[in-house]
Amino acid sequence: MDLIADHISHRFGALDVLDRVSFTVASGEVVAIVGPSGCGKSTLLSILGGLLQPSGGAAELRGAPPAGSLNPLTFVFQDFALLPWCTVEANVAFPLEHAALDAAARRAVVDDALRRTGLSDFRAAYPKQLSGGMRQRVGIARALAVRPAILLMDEPLSALDSQTRELLMEDFIRLLADGAMGAVYVTHNLAEAVRLADRIVVLSRRPGRVREIVDIPMTRAERGAIDARGKLLALQNDLWSLIREEAIDAEREVQHA
Amino acid sequence: MPSARCSMLDRATQDDPAVEVRPVAFRGAGFVPRAGRVSGWIALAMVIALWQLAGSAGWVSQLFLPSPSAIAIAIYKLAISGALWQHVSASVLRIGTGWVLGTVAGVIVGFAIGLSTLARGVGITFISALFPIPKIALLPLLILWLGIGEEPKIATIALGVFFSTAISVYSGVDAVPRNLIRMAQSFNVPFHAIVRRVIWPGALPSILAGFRITASVALLLVVSAEMIGAQFGIGAFVLQAGNLMQTDQLLAGVVILSLFGLAVGKVINVLEAKLLHWR
Repeated sequence: MDLIADHISHRFGALDVLDRVSFTVASGEVVAIVGPSGCGKSTLLSILGGLLQPSGGAAELRGAPPAGSLNPLTFVFQDFALLPWCTVEANVAFPLEHAALDAAARRAVVDDALRRTGLSDFRAAYPKQLSGGMRQRVGIARALAVRPAILLMDEPLSALDSQTRELLMEDFIRLLADGAMGAVYVTHNLAEAVRLADRIVVLSRRPGRVREIVDIPMTRAERGAIDARGKLLALQNDLWSLIREEAIDAEREVQHA
Repeated sequence: MPSARCSMLDRATQDDPAVEVRPVAFRGAGFVPRAGRVSGWIALAMVIALWQLAGSAGWVSQLFLPSPSAIAIAIYKLAISGALWQHVSASVLRIGTGWVLGTVAGVIVGFAIGLSTLARGVGITFISALFPIPKIALLPLLILWLGIGEEPKIATIALGVFFSTAISVYSGVDAVPRNLIRMAQSFNVPFHAIVRRVIWPGALPSILAGFRITASVALLLVVSAEMIGAQFGIGAFVLQAGNLMQTDQLLAGVVILSLFGLAVGKVINVLEAKLLHWR
């Protein structure tokens, strides 16, 4: 199943946020969206996931979702969006409560999601008892439980410290390794983008337009090797040179707003 | 090596007696009051003891301020005569019925305002206009409408409870983090399930805080309504005692009201501990 951004434009009142943004996320592909602050990255992700109606253009799906997918487009949120009154297990089971699954099947799905995210020993804990990283793992387990075709990740690591970010990045790489799931990964962190994405959509400052789409010429497995670091850093620098001037302008604009 | 550097610095200061070494002054004290119950109980016991002493020593007239022991005796006599239960049960019945009616209506209207644009537009206008009216002022009108029985008193309490409940419920619904609702929507969770599993528990802290307010509103209104027109009830009892200069009885009624308020507060504490343990 492919996800297509077809000339998506959006405005909030008089403010133009996105301007005819088009790209395609092919099945199993990881596409990162980067750009200066306020360029409409998160707005674009909300539109792609059906949480916001675009002012123009459309988000479209091409092809059937994979068999057994309960929620083909599934979000992983920056602030985790966990129900604080539910345990880890109940949070992961929450999206399954209205799915056509019997209790045993539901239990098996939840167990599998908790196991894949290393949360099996924390199933009875409440979110307030967990560290930020563990909370985001619950968010990921909840997403995995509905067997998504494409994960829509909105800065999923930006609320975490750098060590936890590193650990969760390794989890993402592992979870996306078999190509069964694709992802749209919104980030302001270029290192994360070059580490995880197959392609990177660079947006201009507001109103966000597609400035460039950069292919990463390495598999994710290759990127883990020590000698790949120089290449990744060069790619990151190229991206930064694309964004830097506009990031400065965007920052000044925000400061004067 | 950082460690070597540190030890060199340590030695340097230690070795030079001409350089004064003094501790960094602590300036982080205060602004963290702790909830100590013992001091509160001791202060209360001291006030009651002083009050008793003032009465027993004849410093104040027993007519104007009966001593705590006289009040305790008055409560005991009321209890064994059966009058206490008669008055308390009449008040509790009115409070209970009025509070439940007002709360049910307030929760329904509060949720409607919290969830529907139309209900919000209409509801907030009406609530803003009617909330400031002291509800006891409506009692004469309610007596005209509903007669002189229990109904106008219960309706007064229900009205007082309704407005505060509706406001606390819709404020609670408004305070539910939008990201949780968006999360539920992103998983195609149906509307009724979002209300039941996300909005209701999210609004519960505010709803329970509202209960604390409406319990005291109900107590205030029942006493006022009973003072205006009732044969039985704590309000009627306190008024009669005042008219007959039976100040020990009067204060016995006040103590019972205070105990009732404390008991309701305890019940809400238990509810909060049980329902909001996740906070």
